[in-house]
Amino acid sequence: MAQLSPRTRTAAARRRRARPGSVARYLILVLMAVLLAGPLVWQLSLSLKGSGEPLYTRPPAVIPEHPTLDHFATVLDRVPVPRYLLNSLTVAAMAVVGNVVGATCAGYALGKLRFRGRGLATAVCVAALLVPSETVLIAQFLTVRTAGLVNTLFGVALPTLVAALNVLLMRNAFRNLPAEFEEAAIVDGANAWQRFIRVSVPQVKGVITVVAIFAFVGSWNDFLWPLIVLSDEQNYTLTVGLNRLRGTFYDDPRLIAAGTIIALLPIVAFFAVLQRYFFRGLEAGGLKG
Amino acid sequence: MTIEARPGTPLKRGGGRPSRRGGTVLATHRWILTPWLFLLPGLTVIVLMVMVPFANTLGLAFTDSTLLRQGQYVGWENFHRMFADERFTTALLNSTLYTVCVVPCMVVLPLILATLVSGAGRLSGFFRTTMYLPVVMSPVVVGLIWTNMLDKRGLVNALFDTLHLVTEPVPFLSDRWLLLFSAMFVTVWTGLGYYMVIYLAALANIDQSLYDAAAMDGAGVVRTFLNVTVPGVRSTMTLIAVLSSVAAFRVFGEIYVLTGGTGGVGGGDLTMTMLIQREGTGLQARTGYAGAISLFMFVVLGALLLVQLAVQRRQRSS
Repeated sequence: MAQLSPRTRTAAARRRRARPGSVARYLILVLMAVLLAGPLVWQLSLSLKGSGEPLYTRPPAVIPEHPTLDHFATVLDRVPVPRYLLNSLTVAAMAVVGNVVGATCAGYALGKLRFRGRGLATAVCVAALLVPSETVLIAQFLTVRTAGLVNTLFGVALPTLVAALNVLLMRNAFRNLPAEFEEAAIVDGANAWQRFIRVSVPQVKGVITVVAIFAFVGSWNDFLWPLIVLSDEQNYTLTVGLNRLRGTFYDDPRLIAAGTIIALLPIVAFFAVLQRYFFRGLEAGGLKG
Repeated sequence: MTIEARPGTPLKRGGGRPSRRGGTVLATHRWILTPWLFLLPGLTVIVLMVMVPFANTLGLAFTDSTLLRQGQYVGWENFHRMFADERFTTALLNSTLYTVCVVPCMVVLPLILATLVSGAGRLSGFFRTTMYLPVVMSPVVVGLIWTNMLDKRGLVNALFDTLHLVTEPVPFLSDRWLLLFSAMFVTVWTGLGYYMVIYLAALANIDQSLYDAAAMDGAGVVRTFLNVTVPGVRSTMTLIAVLSSVAAFRVFGEIYVLTGGTGGVGGGDLTMTMLIQREGTGLQARTGYAGAISLFMFVVLGALLLVQLAVQRRQRSS
């Protein structure tokens, strides 16, 4: 919370200055909060409304008259949501492990070791960063198809298993560490692997956490790639499975709403618990530099 | 500068700059291959899943390959065909329009919001969290929520009707242009919180004495905003312009879900990414043609990036 203090001070100073201004400020902020969170509240309300309840009243009613959990049961009954959840979790776990291990190791080599070819390896990562995934989509699909990984969860995880962005993030994290610790370890006769595990990695745990979290969210929310790779409903991830809600429950928005709420719960809980890492990720990502 | 970053990914800047502190340790690894062992897993994935596919895209674009048949070299034919293809010109128009409309919103609105939130004292944390919430949601879920909201009988039309703003339901999801603008709105709705958090970090770095001086000069809210805040976050504005324009040109999820996967009536709401997805997948896939569209898209995105970098350089030198 320490980094908040200058901002809080600013706030205090400004509040003393302008009273009517701050009323307008809060009015706009509350309005924006309603605009951004309101649709979620409306979905929740829709999903709880009883089947007999009129949906199209004027003015629209936010509080359900006969709240019920039936629609959640119907969705779970007709769509294999637990299966989708498990698939999404599997893919996300692969992405997290792959990015944490792959990016940390590669980042260490690029940031802390000196060797012939380091410039080239760094250049490859930067170049990869500049290739938007959509523009290699088809070629990636052909690669995965040749490898026989179409319609597998590993095939879904593969292209983002180690992201160039994360390698470079880790490289910068290792580079910015003071050299003294590693030098001391070298004097003690530690080899590169020991220095990596015992000395450097413990100092960049924060960045590793950020990499893990964004790998998880990115994989959890990915839609286009799993849509292309997966054909068998048994293997659908949550996003691909949900996409079919609209077709399945076209006639009843209550069921679509219930489906979206089910899909939202895990990720919102995840965000609520780890939110400071989300914000730290955006700030410590190097924006101050 | 990252081209990959979009709502939901961490940001990185100034990657190539040598660090002030220490930096590289004197290289003492005893075995010449040690660094390459460290690099092996990461570099393998990056080379096999990004660099090689990119090279393959370059090759594919000049062939008439299909999913089931390795094609022949056909020179620039795919590109000639592209510009005669009405779906391609529609997709290009839609993606371009999307970028032109979304980027100014993403540069300006989150800055205003960040200014308001940063001054909200103890409540700023609450507002920050609330506004960031849509960012962590999947585009599919966001799309479904807004499908419900924008339906002919959805909440938006119900509110309009209650307030007697309209006599007939607005066809947000069936009219070609309305659907495109609805999708833009959804994109902005999702991205606001993300860019706002970036601005919040930048605002915290503005020297407080500048605000005090402005207040002493009797500058109002608007003048302080224009003369202190905006110049203070100018480089962040450029960064966000780059990030959001690249993200907007690549739009897929919102349009896909809002149109139910069809790309709108007669494909009128197709975007570049949707076109690549349609042309390049399925049993009828014309992978060569899709490769050409991908290559074209890569060139557009690269050009966007170069333009913005040039702008940034000029800003820095002036």
